[in-house]
Amino acid sequence: MTLEVADLQVHYRTLKGDVRALDGVSFSLADGEIVGLAGESGCGKTTLGKSLIRLDGRMRHVGGTAVLDGDELPIGDDKAMNARRWKEVSIIPQYSMSALNPTRKIGKMIAELLRARGKSYREFKDELVRRLELVGLTEKVLDNYPIELSGGMKQRVVMVLSTLLDPSLLIADEVTSALDVTNQRAVAETLVRFRDMGFVKSMIVVTHDLSLVYQIADTIMVMYAGRIVEKAPAETIIKSPKHPYTRALIGALPEVGLEYGDERLQSIPGKPPHLLNPPTGCRFRARCPLASEECEAEPPTVTVEAGHEVSCWKAN
Amino acid sequence: MLELKHVWKSYRIGALGSKRLTAVRDVSIDIAPGEVLSVVGESGSGKTTIGKMVLQLTSVTRGEILLDGEDVTAHGHAERKAYYRKVQGVFQDPFSSYNPIFKADRIFETVRESYFPGVKRAEWTARVEDVLQGVRLDPGSVLDKYPHQLSGGQLQRMLIARALLLDIKVLVADEIISMLDASTRIDVLNLLGELKERGLGVLFITHDLSLANYISERVVIMRHGAVVEAGATGKVFTDPRHPYSRNLLASVPQLHRKWSDGTAEPEALEPDGDRDVAPPPLTEVDEHHWVAAAP
Repeated sequence: MTLEVADLQVHYRTLKGDVRALDGVSFSLADGEIVGLAGESGCGKTTLGKSLIRLDGRMRHVGGTAVLDGDELPIGDDKAMNARRWKEVSIIPQYSMSALNPTRKIGKMIAELLRARGKSYREFKDELVRRLELVGLTEKVLDNYPIELSGGMKQRVVMVLSTLLDPSLLIADEVTSALDVTNQRAVAETLVRFRDMGFVKSMIVVTHDLSLVYQIADTIMVMYAGRIVEKAPAETIIKSPKHPYTRALIGALPEVGLEYGDERLQSIPGKPPHLLNPPTGCRFRARCPLASEECEAEPPTVTVEAGHEVSCWKAN
Repeated sequence: MLELKHVWKSYRIGALGSKRLTAVRDVSIDIAPGEVLSVVGESGSGKTTIGKMVLQLTSVTRGEILLDGEDVTAHGHAERKAYYRKVQGVFQDPFSSYNPIFKADRIFETVRESYFPGVKRAEWTARVEDVLQGVRLDPGSVLDKYPHQLSGGQLQRMLIARALLLDIKVLVADEIISMLDASTRIDVLNLLGELKERGLGVLFITHDLSLANYISERVVIMRHGAVVEAGATGKVFTDPRHPYSRNLLASVPQLHRKWSDGTAEPEALEPDGDRDVAPPPLTEVDEHHWVAAAP
């Protein structure tokens, strides 16, 4: 078991009170597993990714634990996390194209980063070049400024950089959203290759794009309003989803390869609840076509079959 | 209705405009009333430039754009204003289309000030409520609000409503879906479907092939500024003839097929050559299906 997260609660402090971005999230991640984290904007998926590396100073860790390789991560403590970042937990940020320092050549920037961690650039240089070649870049990019590279190239540089120290856990936050379809596929397949080659042990891929994450993830978790509502192997989530929210999300996805004619897909009415003061009971019930009285109480987490968990009263 | 005839566009780039970049090469397309035409391509393919030229936000270098048979190039403010009565655009980022200092419904007020100064306030309010209902928005929940209080989907639909206040014939929709969430994007897409039933022509510019497949009758695929394949959506997407179209379609993530099920490596494509040379001509391979010849 690589990662074990239990009852994680993370709030953002605002003038009006605490926004409960994560409200009791528990899951585990096996060695070599790629888990996809999907949901609408504002559901807490990026917060979940970032809270495991504690990248955002505004986050307040309220409760819960994260255990990585049998060792508890100090996710409430900025300073203590610093020693773990990059080596144990690493992230490819959402706007990685702007994550590179524009005033430094890429090689120099990487050298400075390594030095800050007490590592020598010379020692890592060969491995760095080998990995750059693996993603289709040449050693020459080390002498380039970020502005000289295309978006897809920058994305690949950041991917190599983030995984250079072989972290145990990698968080990939919307890494493909800003790319074209062909680049998207190349980047997504590189993530899988990094896992297969052992550069990272396990991975959380945060995305709003269900069809993309279905291509690369072993397991998919669907989040809604700060909670995980369904978790299952990728195949199961897409082929036989149980939670009404997952079903609605999949139902609202137009696809290539199907002929629609005059047929129209259905959207999900309404919008997610505000997390400043989340409703009690099932949080999806205001938009749910199946909602009934029992949904006013907290829904149980039902295990439909091994590895398939749903938080819904109607799961059976 | 709207017709582009052998349109070219070159930009001056580099220091003091010392270099030229040809962004659109010899593109001919047309949109009929009650039709959604999708222009699909990757970044840099010239698809947005086409939208900008139709909206006269940038000039046409060569060729012409006709609306109902007349050249649309406006000379002076009055002609331009008259043109925008008929053709309007909606863009990618709804949040930057509004001024955050003002309430979002100010966009309707500005239309009244410049196009309908004579209309009485009561009548105007009724018209605004009417178009809002037309785009499936509840006037009570979107009027008198600031942009940050509304969702991206609501803002995007308000912009479409604003365009509908004018009696437009053509709507240029440039990536209007890409910033929206999965749950609301389908609303905006379905709205485009309703607009075409009302007789509007929609130029739908997108990089997302699945959206194009869902909403449009005809599709144009662009690469390096030129059209590589065009025709009826069903034909182009089920039987792509150009290697570039095949590569694109193979890269689209789908729910009923995994990438790993596919066999072939991406096909080799000819590199970006001299863009000032006319692109290979389109040949008709089937009824309503054209493909650029191999060079």
